[in-house]
Amino acid sequence: MAQGIWIVAEQREGELRKISFELVSEARRLADKMGQPVAAILLGSNIKEKAAELGKYGADKVVVADDDRLETYTTDAYVSVIAQLAQAQEPAIILLGASVQGKDLSGRLAARLGVGVAQDCVAFSIEDGNLVAKRSIYAGKAYATVTYTDSVPQIATARPNVFEMNEPDESRSVEVIDAEFTLDDSQLKTKVTEVIQEAVGKVDLTEAERIVSGGRGMKGPEEFAILEELADLIAATVGASRSVVDAGWRPHSDQVGQTGKVVSPNLYIACGISGAIQHLAGMSTSKIIVAINKDSEAPIFQKANYGVVGDLFEVVPALTEALKKIL
Amino acid sequence: MNILVCLKQVPDTESQIKIAPDGKAIVTDNIKWVMNPYDEYAVEEALRIKEKFGGEVTIIGVGPKRVTEAIRTALAMGADKGILVDDPALTGSDSLGTARVLAAAIRDLEYDMILCGKQGVDDDSAVVGSNLAELLGIPQVSVVVKLEVSEDGSVVKAHKEVEGGTFVIEAALPALITAQKGLNEPRYASLPGIMKAKKKPLDVKTIADLGMDASEVGESGAKIRIIQITPPEERAAGKIVEGETAEEQAAKLASLLHEEAKII
Repeated sequence: MAQGIWIVAEQREGELRKISFELVSEARRLADKMGQPVAAILLGSNIKEKAAELGKYGADKVVVADDDRLETYTTDAYVSVIAQLAQAQEPAIILLGASVQGKDLSGRLAARLGVGVAQDCVAFSIEDGNLVAKRSIYAGKAYATVTYTDSVPQIATARPNVFEMNEPDESRSVEVIDAEFTLDDSQLKTKVTEVIQEAVGKVDLTEAERIVSGGRGMKGPEEFAILEELADLIAATVGASRSVVDAGWRPHSDQVGQTGKVVSPNLYIACGISGAIQHLAGMSTSKIIVAINKDSEAPIFQKANYGVVGDLFEVVPALTEALKKIL
Repeated sequence: MNILVCLKQVPDTESQIKIAPDGKAIVTDNIKWVMNPYDEYAVEEALRIKEKFGGEVTIIGVGPKRVTEAIRTALAMGADKGILVDDPALTGSDSLGTARVLAAAIRDLEYDMILCGKQGVDDDSAVVGSNLAELLGIPQVSVVVKLEVSEDGSVVKAHKEVEGGTFVIEAALPALITAQKGLNEPRYASLPGIMKAKKKPLDVKTIADLGMDASEVGESGAKIRIIQITPPEERAAGKIVEGETAEEQAAKLASLLHEEAKII
């Protein structure tokens, strides 16, 4: 009988990523409803000492797969290890992050185990012992609530920055177990030959809690400096609309929207962005939306919690100054 | 080099999405169907590789009949032939079902590489590519923004976009690559291209032609089922921030964010 909720923790360069704690916290909430344990699966190299951190957020057990071939994520190595563990121990549910790694891993793992996967979910519940997942479709223009047929384990990925992290309980101890697995080099058909870092310390848009975003109203690439200044002050990541990216003013990895990134920050400040359907689709689950635009008819004002009708080249620097006084 | 490209149709991104009365599907009348934008990058990349190495590009789509238009568009861009799998049994397929159909269509073909878009902008799952690579037993690299094929055509170096940077990944061919925006600029189909496309071969196959059973696809084969589709939650009405000057507006906004929203 399949038992227990697993989460696949995510690490980069030996540090646990925030999504890992969000996953443990949500798994804990679901497991408490089912009366079942939570296990975190941790893959990496020289990673064992990080296991205790996962316990503080609610894991009962951490299964550590420690191997130098697991240091950096590769599809083949990670899927092989997790599939072996799942086939041996039969968890009921496996949750991963809907990060780049998680989305790559989940589909392959699901096909290996012959089960379904619900990708990029924003809410979970349990009904009759089955996982029910709410996920975004059409870049957030609609939501699909789905469940599983003939799928054990039930696999899902959780959107970053959506599920609340528990308060870490420093006193909570956790059982740390060495995973039993074999990795055959001939199974590993891809190799990471280089890791190129973009900018140190920058939080990716998909995981950012605060975003300051610029659109056509910015008039040119140099003008983004005023957004960078505001972003630096409030620890935000700078985003961009599609027209700005297509014009070559900002890299496409900065694009928010239906053919860019779907984001879910606590605060989204949209500067000189009119609010095309495709852009709104990418940021409409932001908790607080601020719009700064000189066109009072811009559609973005219909989605904004706070709208400023004005010249962003005056308002944004003024906002930076005003916030400096508060912070 | 023989390259396969898997593509689908999606509602044009301008479309308003309306939910059907039964709450389990979206309304499809009056939708403008287009090639999935991410699949355009896949088609373009396949054509560039063919231009460099020679060989053939085959486009594969899974039904209904209107998907033929997207395959013809790819042929007009320069692909050589197309395969459409169209069968009533396919209705209600989930990602795994679609991947099974593609795997069945592909299994007996000779190929060096398979290209797909990273996700369909309708379902946003990004699962079919991974499912397919697993079913075929070939390596995958997803979310690729740059692809280099070795001179001897045996290995690729794929730049995979990750949070905060890029992984450069080497994979032995045959491999499956999913395309991210930025991989290339897709060409428009030229008028001569459109004319030539009408004569290029486009085979239509059924589930039976692929040796599959209806139980593997459609609703009967689905592992994920939809309970309901709902619109996004209504946002609370917002307010316009008062002020005569930019400084006044900014000061008011800052205090609202701090005291009312408590977000800064």
